[in-house]
Amino acid sequence: MSGHDHPHEGPGRTASPYALRIRAIESLLVEKGVLTEAEIQDQIEYMYSRSPANGARLVARAWVDPEFRRRLLADTKAAALELGIDASGPVEFVVVENTPEVHNLIVCTLCSCYPRAILGRPPDWYKSFEYRSRAVREPRAVMREFGHEPPEGVRVAVHDSTADVRYMVLPMRPEGTEGMSEEELAALVTRDSLIGVSVPRPPARAR
Amino acid sequence: MSPFEPGDRVRVLDLGKPGHVRTPRYVRGKTGRVERALGEFRNPEDLAYGGDGLPRRGLYRVAFDQRELWEGYEGPAGDSLYVDVYEHWLEGA
Repeated sequence: MSGHDHPHEGPGRTASPYALRIRAIESLLVEKGVLTEAEIQDQIEYMYSRSPANGARLVARAWVDPEFRRRLLADTKAAALELGIDASGPVEFVVVENTPEVHNLIVCTLCSCYPRAILGRPPDWYKSFEYRSRAVREPRAVMREFGHEPPEGVRVAVHDSTADVRYMVLPMRPEGTEGMSEEELAALVTRDSLIGVSVPRPPARAR
Repeated sequence: MSPFEPGDRVRVLDLGKPGHVRTPRYVRGKTGRVERALGEFRNPEDLAYGGDGLPRRGLYRVAFDQRELWEGYEGPAGDSLYVDVYEHWLEGA
């Protein structure tokens, strides 16, 4: 064991066998000079600086600004940068738009590909074998379990992001949100709605 | 000089290649339609083992009809599934 601090783990938490293995590999990489502790720490900081709030800001801006929506769909990285979200890196990003005709759902059946440079780490269930196998085979049943049932006549499009492109859903703006500010709108956009297992709910007073 | 264009019918090859391949088994041997050319990328099958991933390979988003992929699929005819497939896993259909 390296014995150094791991501030990203709370004190007193028991490390799983996987975590122990990762620490062993980490120690070896540092010992052999492949990585430095500082580089690892920078990467952890980077990942923690990303969160679904970034996705919510992009969506809310797209809802209030049709020109931004167009740019977000055409060139996601450039549009994200306009809001100060730096998603640069080797992978490409594609935003898929929900419409009255199509509802989109994102999965990575082979591992856990996810738009991390925008949204941070995926939820644990996204990486589960169950979600990865069922989202492609029975997406409608999976969405029902998340409380979402697309209306009659809406097609479901599943995106298995297995290669060099990461996908994020642009949900539809809920009804009853007219006159809401961009910030208020962003608060409606959940992580799950950016993956597509559910949709943003209208604010309580409009229900 | 891209070998495939949006709208082309393509079949996913079953190369039976072991290791870090990015083509899910459930679409191998299946026929779909090219929806978009995504550009050229270093080949992950080589990158994963310390290679340089060159030459770059074209990547295509291919659309499949869900009812052609799964027996007893629950959902209407328009439900679809998109997978990104590298060109060397595709042939015209």
